[in-house]
Parts: sequence; C-alpha cells; structure tokens
Amino acid sequence: MRRNRLTGVLGTVALVAALAACSTDDSIDDTGAEGGESAAAEGGAEEAESDGSEFFSQADMDEQDEQRSATFEGDEATPWLQYIDGPMTDTSEFATDQPMKTCFANASISNPWRQTGWITMNQQLEQLQEEGVISEMETRDAEDNDDTQIADIDYFISEGNCDVFIISPNSTAAITPAVERACETGKPVIVFDRGVQTDCATTFIHPIGGYAWGIDTAEFLVDNLEEGDKVVALRILPGVDVLETRWGAAEQIFEENGIEAVDYFTGADPAEIKKILTDELTQGEVQGVWMDAGDGAVAAIEAFEDQGMDYPVMTGEDEMSFLRKWEETGLTGLAPVYSNFQWRTPLLAVQKIAAGEEIPTEWVLPQTPITEEERGDYLEANDGMPDGHYAKFGGEDLPGYPDVWQERIIP
Amino acid sequence: MTTLEQRPVARAPLAAHQRGAAGRVAAAVSTPGGAIFVLAGLLLVATIVANPNFGDPGVIIRFLGRTAPIAIAAIGQYYVIVAGEFDLSMAAVISMQVVLAGNLIGDDVGRVLPVMALMLVLGAFIGLVNGLVTTLLQVPSFIVTLGMMLALSGLVAYLTGGAADGNPVDEFREIGRGGIQDVPVVDVIPYSLLIFLAIAVAASWLMRRPFGRSLIAAGDNPAAARFAGGSLVWLKTRAFILSSLSATVAGVLLVGYAGVHPSVGQGYEFSAITAVVLGGVLLGGGRGWVLSAAAGAFALELLFLFLTAVGVESTWRDTVQGLIIIAAVAIAGRAWTAGRRPRRAGTTPSTSRDEQPLPTPGTTTGDS
Amino acid sequence: MTSPSTSARLTGLSSTAIVYSVLALVIVVGGVLTALEGRNLFSAGSIQAILTTASVLGLIAIGQTLVILAGSLDLSVPFVVSLSSVLAASTMAGETGNIVPGVLIALVVAAAMGLVTGLVVALLHVHGFVASLGMGLVISGYLATNYAGSTGSAPRAFRLLGATYIGPVPLSTLVMLGIAVLATVMLLRTRTGLHLYAVGGNREVARLSGIRTAVPVVTAHVLCSMLAGVAGLLLLARLGVGQPTIGSQGDYDLMSIAAVVLGGTLLAGGKGNVIGTLGGVAIFAVLSQVMSALEVTSFLQDVIRGLVIVLAVAVYARREIERRPAPFDQLSAREALPGPDPALQETR
Repeated sequence: MRRNRLTGVLGTVALVAALAACSTDDSIDDTGAEGGESAAAEGGAEEAESDGSEFFSQADMDEQDEQRSATFEGDEATPWLQYIDGPMTDTSEFATDQPMKTCFANASISNPWRQTGWITMNQQLEQLQEEGVISEMETRDAEDNDDTQIADIDYFISEGNCDVFIISPNSTAAITPAVERACETGKPVIVFDRGVQTDCATTFIHPIGGYAWGIDTAEFLVDNLEEGDKVVALRILPGVDVLETRWGAAEQIFEENGIEAVDYFTGADPAEIKKILTDELTQGEVQGVWMDAGDGAVAAIEAFEDQGMDYPVMTGEDEMSFLRKWEETGLTGLAPVYSNFQWRTPLLAVQKIAAGEEIPTEWVLPQTPITEEERGDYLEANDGMPDGHYAKFGGEDLPGYPDVWQERIIP
Repeated sequence: MTTLEQRPVARAPLAAHQRGAAGRVAAAVSTPGGAIFVLAGLLLVATIVANPNFGDPGVIIRFLGRTAPIAIAAIGQYYVIVAGEFDLSMAAVISMQVVLAGNLIGDDVGRVLPVMALMLVLGAFIGLVNGLVTTLLQVPSFIVTLGMMLALSGLVAYLTGGAADGNPVDEFREIGRGGIQDVPVVDVIPYSLLIFLAIAVAASWLMRRPFGRSLIAAGDNPAAARFAGGSLVWLKTRAFILSSLSATVAGVLLVGYAGVHPSVGQGYEFSAITAVVLGGVLLGGGRGWVLSAAAGAFALELLFLFLTAVGVESTWRDTVQGLIIIAAVAIAGRAWTAGRRPRRAGTTPSTSRDEQPLPTPGTTTGDS
Repeated sequence: MTSPSTSARLTGLSSTAIVYSVLALVIVVGGVLTALEGRNLFSAGSIQAILTTASVLGLIAIGQTLVILAGSLDLSVPFVVSLSSVLAASTMAGETGNIVPGVLIALVVAAAMGLVTGLVVALLHVHGFVASLGMGLVISGYLATNYAGSTGSAPRAFRLLGATYIGPVPLSTLVMLGIAVLATVMLLRTRTGLHLYAVGGNREVARLSGIRTAVPVVTAHVLCSMLAGVAGLLLLARLGVGQPTIGSQGDYDLMSIAAVVLGGTLLAGGKGNVIGTLGGVAIFAVLSQVMSALEVTSFLQDVIRGLVIVLAVAVYARREIERRPAPFDQLSAREALPGPDPALQETR
C-alpha cells in the first residue's frame, strides 16, 4: 500500500512537472543517445555474465600499449607540455589579452597523489596570475562525490562568470553530461586526469592511462619472475574505473604468462597491507607484489623483513616512501608513474588558449616508470620531501619550490 | 498476544531442564561473554584446519601481537559502551596520533619520550572534551564523537597536508614491531602482546573497582547511579578519556607495526564497536565483561584470518563478514536470553529486560 | 491532556523551531560571508546547488528519521543507495520501456533489504547498529563482486527526473518534499505512525499497551531502505549511469543520522519529526554551498561541519533537559500506563 502511494506520487509529480516543463538541461538530449549507448555497450549489455571484468576494454588496452613506445612532441625537460602527435584544436576564437577567470571543478584532494598535484597546480596558478594570464581560479571540491561534482559544474555554468572551465572528473560516465553542458556555454573546457565519454572538450589532458600502468608493471613482474610464481596484488578499493583498468591489464598479463595472482583490497591502509602479506607468507612463498597505487608499499616490504623472507620483486609507485625503501633494501623493483605533473598542464593550456595557439584535442602526456637506474636521480632531486610526495611532480621551476612541497601547504 | 510475549513462558521449562543437567560449563559458556571465547576458539581451529601453517606457535603469537591494537581499542570502546555511550572518534584519534608520531619524532630518538607524553596528553584531552560535551552539554555521544571525528580528521589533514613526513625512528617503532627474541617454542614475544596483556589485566582490575561498578550501573540505570551519589559527569568523562587513551596506545602500536599513513586506523571505530558487541557487551550499556570485548576483537581478526585461509575471493569478504557478524550477535543474544531465563521464569514478562532491545547507546543524553 | 504531555508538545515544537532558527542563522551569516566574497548565496544557480544537495540527503534522512523514531538505526543506507542505482541502471539499459521494471526491481530489492534488517532487529533482537552494519557489509561484497565501475544507463525519459527544474527548484527536490509530506502524514495520522513513536519511546510500555512491537520496527526499516532506494534512483537520473560506489561517496549513513539529530529527533527514539529533519538537511546543504562559495579547503569544511553538528545539537539538547520531567515523573508516568496514550502523547 505504502509503495503504491509513493510511486503514485512520484508519477503524479513527474507528470505535473512534465506538463509544466519549465526547464530542462539540454545536454541530456545529446547524451541520451550517445552516452547511453556507449555506457550500455560497456556494461549494461553484458551485465548477465558480469564477472567483474565488464569494464575491461581490449581496444583501449592495445592503444595504450602502443602509446607507451610513442614519440612525444616537445621538450623532454618540460614533460608536462609534451604530447603525442594527433588532431589539434584551433583555439584562435578564444584568444584574449585579458586575464581569464578560471573555474576548476575538482574531484577531491583526498589522497596524497591529488594533494601533491593540487599544491603544484596552485604554484603554477601563482605564476600565471603574475603573468596576467589568469585573473583568479575559483575552485569547488566535490569531495569524491559524483552528485556534488555535477552540481558544482552546473553552478559554475550559471553563476561562475567563467572564461574557461577546468574539470577533473570524479568518474567517467557520470560526469559526461555535465561536461557537455559546460561545452555548450561556448567557453573553452579543459578536462584532465580521469576522462569523460565525450570529445566536446577543448582538450582532454591525461597521462597514457591505467592500462599502460598495468602493462608496465605486470610485464616487469613477468620478466623478473618465473612461470608458476605467486604475486600478491594489493588494490585500494573496488569499483573505481581508473584503478580497475590498472588491475584489468595486469591480471590479463599475469594470466597469459602463468603467474598466479591473488588480489586483495587494502583501503591503502599499511596495517591491512602488512597483515595480508604476513598471512600470505604464512601460507606459502610469495615471489612478487603488485600494487595499483604505491601508498603503503613500505608496509608490504616490512612484512617480508619481519617474516625473515627474501624480498619480493615489486612494483610500487613514484611515491617517496617507496623510492626510499626500495633503495634501502635494494630489492628488484619498478616505480610506475601516473604522472603527477599533469596538474600543471591544464593551467598551461589556459595560457595557450588565451594566446590562441592550437592545442592537442587529446593531450596524452608521457607516463614513464622510474627504473632502478633512474631512482638515485629522483631521490636526490626530491631530497627533503615528505613521504607522501611524488617524485615526478614536475614543479621544480615554480615559485615556492621546494618549501611549499616540503611543508605540504594545502591552499 | 504477541509472539514476543509468549516466548519466555513457553520456553522456560526447557531452559530450566538444561540447567538441571550436568551442563554447568555449557551454561557459563552460553552467556554471550563466554560464548565469544568459544567462537574465537572455533575460528582458530577452523583456520588451522584450513591451513595447518597457521597452527605454528610462532605464527599464532605474531597474530596475537598484531591483533593487540584492535583489542586495546575494543577495551577502550568497552568503557564507553558499557556506560551507555559510543565513541566514533576512535579512528580519527588513532590517525592523528600516527601522523603526530611521524612528524614530531622523525629521526630523533631523544624526542620519543616527550612526544609520547604529548600524544597521551592530547589523547586524554580529546576524551575529556568528548566526555564533557556529552555529559555537561547533554549532546548524545554519537553526535559528539561524530563531530569530533570530522573535526579532528579534517584538522590533521589540513595541518599536515594530508600526508606525514615519514616514519619515526626505528627505536620508537620497535614498540609495535619488535618483541623479546629467541623465546623457546614461540620464537618471539611481541611487545604489543605484552602491552595488551598489561592493559587487559588493568582493565579487569579497574572494572572490579568502584569505578567499574559505577560505570556498569550508569549504563544499566543512569537514574539509580545518580541517586547512588556518583557524579555521572566525571564518571562518564573518565570512560571517554580511557577510550581516547586506548586509541592513543593503539596508534603507537600501529605506527610500529605498519608505519605512518593517514589511513592507518581507518574503520577502527566500527571494528572496535563490532568487537565489543561480538564480545556480548550490550549496546546501551549495563552488561558485559571487559575481557569478552577484547576476545571479540580477537574473534573478529580470526574471522579475517579464516577468510584468508580458506581463500574467500577479495570481493566477497565483506559479505561473509557481514553475515557472520549478524549471525554471531543473534546467536549470542539468544544464548544470553536462554542462559538467564530460569531466573526470569517466575517473574512477570515486563521485567524481562532481555526481551527488549535496549535504547541505542550514545543516543540518550549523558544523564538519561 | 496531562501536563507532562503538554510540556512534551511544547518541547517538540520548540526544538523544531530552534532547528529552523539555526538554519536562518546559517543562511544569514552565510549570505553575508558569501556577499563579502563578491558572490551571491541567493542566486538561482546557488539555490539550485543547495536544493540538489538537499534532495538526496533529504530522502535518506527522512527514512533514517523513521528508523530512529522506532528506536533503531540504519547504517546500510549507502549500500542500498548504490545497489538501487546499479540494479535500476542495468535493468533499464537505456530503454524507455524498461523504466518501470527498473524502478520496480530497485525498490523491491531495497524493500527486501530493509525487511531483512528489520526482521533481524525485531525478531532476533540484534541491535539496529549491528544488524544494519552487517547488512551494509553483505551488500558491499555483492557490489564489489559484480560491478567494477559504472554500469548500465538511464534512458532520456528517466533522466528528465534529474534534469528538470521548475524555476530554480529541481524536480528531485519536489519528489523529496512530497515524500516528506507523506511520511509526516503517516507518522501523525496512521496507526503505524503512532505505534512507531510508541515503540521508539518505550518498547516495553508499547508492548504492554497491546502494540505488536515488531511491526512498526520492521515497517520503519522497510520504508527507510525503500527511501534509500528512491535516493539511488534519483542519483541514477542525475548521473545517467549506475554507480556502485555512489552511496559511499556521499557518506549518507553518518550524515543522515547527523541530519536527523540536528533536526531535533531524539537518537534514542520516540520523539521527533520529519520537518525538523528537513531543517537539519537544509543546514548541511546551505553550509556546503557557503563553504564552497568561500572556497574553504575540503579538510576545513569537515572541521566546520563537525563543530556545527555538535554546537547546534548542544543548543537545544540543553533546553530539552531543562524541560524534561524529572526521572521520577517519567517513572510514575510509565507505571501509570493504562492503554497506549501516555507513550503516544510523549511523541510530539
């Protein structure tokens, strides 16, 4: 009875509103077909046989595999401006000599990687404000919530007086319609980090991607291990597409090469990580450790120390704690990089847009793991940085270096 | 007229019959506080059966050592829950202490003691604030400690930029990581286990003191406790202080065990509460044994270990955990009712408190 | 009417009044601060953002109010929200014709989750805190196993629900308000509603008064879960895709409980109302918008939220104690309970 009433009211309200039809966001017309189809193709259609792998896209993986060996345009000294040759967007219509009001819809600053990037971005902003390119950057932080971020973008569209939008999407499919609404304002839209399912943005800036991360790391482990060896895969949490792609690629490669991989969710909590590895070591030998993000890598290594076992072959991240422990122990390892310097690029793109220069429509930044040979250089360059800092943060030439990063001053 | 009402009457003879048999031990065990030890034992056996490697004494002692932080947290949470309150700020306190240890001690051995003193003072202070706001301002402790959780974790993240500088010196970390070496049979006795044992003994002693009795009385019947002359404000405030101090000790051990990361301690508030409830301590206060709360923590961790030993897929672990927690608490609740029924059989149903779920702890204001 | 019940009624009124006074204060102070920053808290876009935030949290908090009134708690709501979102999205799969089955499946499954939690609470005597925590874990494992990311899609007709505005007011807000009215009517005008207050106020008294105590508790859990399901559907309409983590993203478990208490409902149950809860939700929504407009760092936003929760509740928690009859009065009131009335009177 109760439900009937509820649905009845729902229906009535919907009907009344439809009749009144005061206003509707246009973008749902555009994406209703396009976004709907692609989303359905990705997940909905295969739902019946869902085994957690419906997110996996072989085509995307193959593309990123190729990009790992691609040639990047631009100066290697400024990797945040490098890109893979491809279609360019003409931005001459946006050229201006007035400082631009920039509106930034940020997904969150809830992990050390995003915090480091956010600090770098603000130092880049300071520089561009001094140069008169940007008047101010208004930021809204969605605190990891899709719904909040959609509201944030809509707020910017109606109230922000924005000259340019920068959006770091919280998730791919859900934020797509809101990004399209931003595009419809006719102002330049810059998307970075996680992508969206539309190419309406002026530029989409990102390192090669999660599959590339998975390939780099899994191939390294395969090369350094033997068939039948066991790898413990430490994953932060399920259901996040950017992390699922990393694991999706790695899992496939492990499978193809006869590596036994067991995965766990850790919440990035080092205590969890250490317990998991301790228990695995109790049950049998573990030859390799794979991580979808480097937080807590040290705890994983310490589990081997405390059990008196040989160090594993391991992939972490360019987080300082891992680099330091890696050097200290001398284990066979690789530090994959999800290029943190990409946080500079959106603001530099604003600069190029203001100048009317053409910019890559899809701005693929280099994403090169740190190898054992390079490790020393990065440790030296980042001496004095806190453990939660990322080696390839790319802010050495910005104002405030190195204090702002050492003190980790959150703007 | 309801099924609820009929049950005690209908089943009383059966329970009395059980009591009459030689099952005295069974009766003791059939209280939730006793049952948890059985559950923990069963889980340990099941784990060892699933993978004999876990039966190695060295492995078991290490397991006990690493479970010490959560068990200590559970003991802390016990004081608060038995007094009819909640402490949701526990995880935030642990996380704060972990980051403080990393940032303030750093590489300097000389700073270990002063910083530890500072951590204890801060821990006590947070408990003091929780307790006073709960008792004096009459704000439900669920809300006070939820607010404390948000404020504390936000503040720590803001002040540290979300990440610690690095791990503190190894000497400090030895507390949670090291142990007495070269012990026969078990190979090593972790310091954390010794610290836990000391705290457990102290807690057990404390709960027999007037403080402990008053605390249980306060949870059982606040009005009576107040009329008995005790100061509820200071009584409950001490419970919150003990809870925050326990979180601080857990934090010290966790820094040692795992190192510094802002996410160390996450989820401890719910884990500790779950452990306490598994230990047969009633949410709402007034019932339960402190050591059962600690045993609840070991049972919970043994459950995770068991899931690992039988190789439950990572994505399904939550589900299995949820089912077992509900089942354990439901069965423990039954055991409690069954164990106490004979005494209740003659009385009117209206006094049978076991049949009515108690008010949510921490939901009432400090003195009601 | 006896004097205790009159004072109880006054207290109920005044605590709702206080909630809205706090809300007014937040709006005024927030409006001034926002204006100082050169922005406008009362512009259409700003109001739209506030109402959007309020819709989803509001729906969940209404359900949470029912559960708390009945003397229980529901910590599983975030997972029910996510479950409803992914189930409806994958059922709809972008087809308009599938909207009805999608909505039905989501709501039926949500109701079933609530039913199980409610039965565990009412019949197995497991505390709502533990029962719903366990249920949340159960659902979370299912979601983690079956959904690696966003899934399915909502057809255009369904997305209209999240994209239509009447003036600055989102349709979803109207849905939420409509349900708030229904919930209020249920609480005040139906037997179930009255029993809910009675059971939450004092289960033993209610039982002796001839109320089947399990019924209101189970009903409250089912309705709460269904409202979480509706919230999941609204989020699906907003996002266009099912999102297995959308419930956890909003911290809807603790925030909904905080909103309920902020709204003057007694966390121990038996006293409170939905109108107050909406005030609590509105306080959070306005606060979020003000802090975003002032560009307060998200870490400090949490600090401010934490302080506001405690301070706001402290304002009227103290008042209530002063107005509450002395313990002996309460006891005598309970002992003198012929019939359901005394407990019911205490409810408002």
